Amino acid sequence: MSCIEKMDHEILLANSSFKEAKEFIKKNFKEVYYVDPGYKLFDIYMIGISDIPIAVDEDYLVFPYTKPCHGTFVLKIKGDEELSKLKSK
Amino acid sequence: MKEYFDGNTSALLLLGCPKLPVQTSVALYLSKKLRDKDIDVMIAGTDAAINLLKVADPDGHYIDNCINLDRCIEDVAEKRVSFDLTFVFVHNDANISYAATVNKLMNTKLFLIIFGENTKELVQSVDFECDKIIAATTHNPVPLKNKIDRLME
Repeated sequence: MSCIEKMDHEILLANSSFKEAKEFIKKNFKEVYYVDPGYKLFDIYMIGISDIPIAVDEDYLVFPYTKPCHGTFVLKIKGDEELSKLKSK
Repeated sequence: MKEYFDGNTSALLLLGCPKLPVQTSVALYLSKKLRDKDIDVMIAGTDAAINLLKVADPDGHYIDNCINLDRCIEDVAEKRVSFDLTFVFVHNDANISYAATVNKLMNTKLFLIIFGENTKELVQSVDFECDKIIAATTHNPVPLKNKIDRLME
């Protein structure tokens, strides 16, 4: 289990495709940044097809999280220092 | 295609969810075929996917090096490892995302082994450069085995 799953998190979308997760984030959040696959966020390296969206919602980050057996989830987690790292990218 | 197997020295087999029986069988077979061509093989997968391989081949006749999938992605992203050839086992959308990720992170010759019940939809969702080995099979590994044989010979 990844450390990210042990962090306090909210699941906004579950068992979706990557495309559905991407559309969900783009549709529901205004402040969206895009990163390449492999971008390190907390303790994970992001999985996805190019231009992976990460939304900023006040102090929280909203992003797709892919698992090989369960598809892609959209998670909301308190951003802490990852917020400034993302914004300065 | 044969030329890809005559000068390259390393290959990554990236496994998907082990839910479909053909994956373990084909991974063992492909690993053996690559080893026969003196290609070093690393197999990455979930703990369950790797354990299926290790239990099926306890003495390592067909597999050498195995690694947890998350650890593999970390090593590739941090440029600690790279592979000449990469085979990604694909039977769901998440596997496509993993394939796109390694394709972005590595300069590798990428093959997708696409199988299961939704091969047409999966093929349509691939929008990056790769070769595809496709068989709409879940239990019988022979259609994929035959295509791998044709690819390598």
